[in-house]
Amino acid sequence: MIVTNIETVPGKTITEHFGMVSGNTIRAKHIGRDIMASLKNIVGGELKGYTRLLQESRDQATARMIDQAEQLGANAIVNVRYSTSSITQGAAELYVYGTAVRVA
Amino acid sequence: MFDIIIFLALVAMGYFIGSFSERRHFRSLETREADKLLQPIVTMEDVAYPEDQIQSATLVSGSAVISVDYFKRLLAGLRNIFGGTIKSYESLLDRARREALLRMREAAPGAGVIVNVRIETASIGRRANKKGVGCVEAIAYGTALTLRK
Repeated sequence: MIVTNIETVPGKTITEHFGMVSGNTIRAKHIGRDIMASLKNIVGGELKGYTRLLQESRDQATARMIDQAEQLGANAIVNVRYSTSSITQGAAELYVYGTAVRVA
Repeated sequence: MFDIIIFLALVAMGYFIGSFSERRHFRSLETREADKLLQPIVTMEDVAYPEDQIQSATLVSGSAVISVDYFKRLLAGLRNIFGGTIKSYESLLDRARREALLRMREAAPGAGVIVNVRIETASIGRRANKKGVGCVEAIAYGTALTLRK
């Protein structure tokens, strides 16, 4: 599966469009991490636990999008966009969407 | 009285540890950015490379969550009364974005160029009873093109 965020796959031509595919995930970290994060809020700096959480969530959302594209019979996803929204304290939604195509 | 001591201790901790770690972070950003000078990143979709020179295209991303310290939050709170630029938050967002961009580039070590780079910023972990930025997440993503030698 080729995933790009430009409108084409360089060196290949798009032969078929399958429409939009997307994947999302909502995750929260356990309370221990949240307490660590609020302590880190005093001294500042990077919240490694949250960075890892969001990276894992983003990978999972992308995997879901790829699953969906595979079911449609696509072999590439173009014009992929990410978005993040916080819905409650300590939880975040990761959303990824793109257009499933077949390239040759 | 006890409350004031705790408050002052938190502000002092935020100021000393926060500014120390910020300086260290900026130094590390500068050295790592200098290493990556030869790998261009662009925000356009098109590059001048001929199509047969491009070997593969993959999506790469990098992110960083940076938290604000107690001292900076106090400064920002004061700024909110008088208005003006909040310098303490500017450096926070600058760090988050540069770190995210660097991680994206480090995720694609063999890429000749990264095209269509997008940066998004989200404020996460905001508390309901406190207004303002708790911590910010910056994510950078783009398409890494590997070129034929």
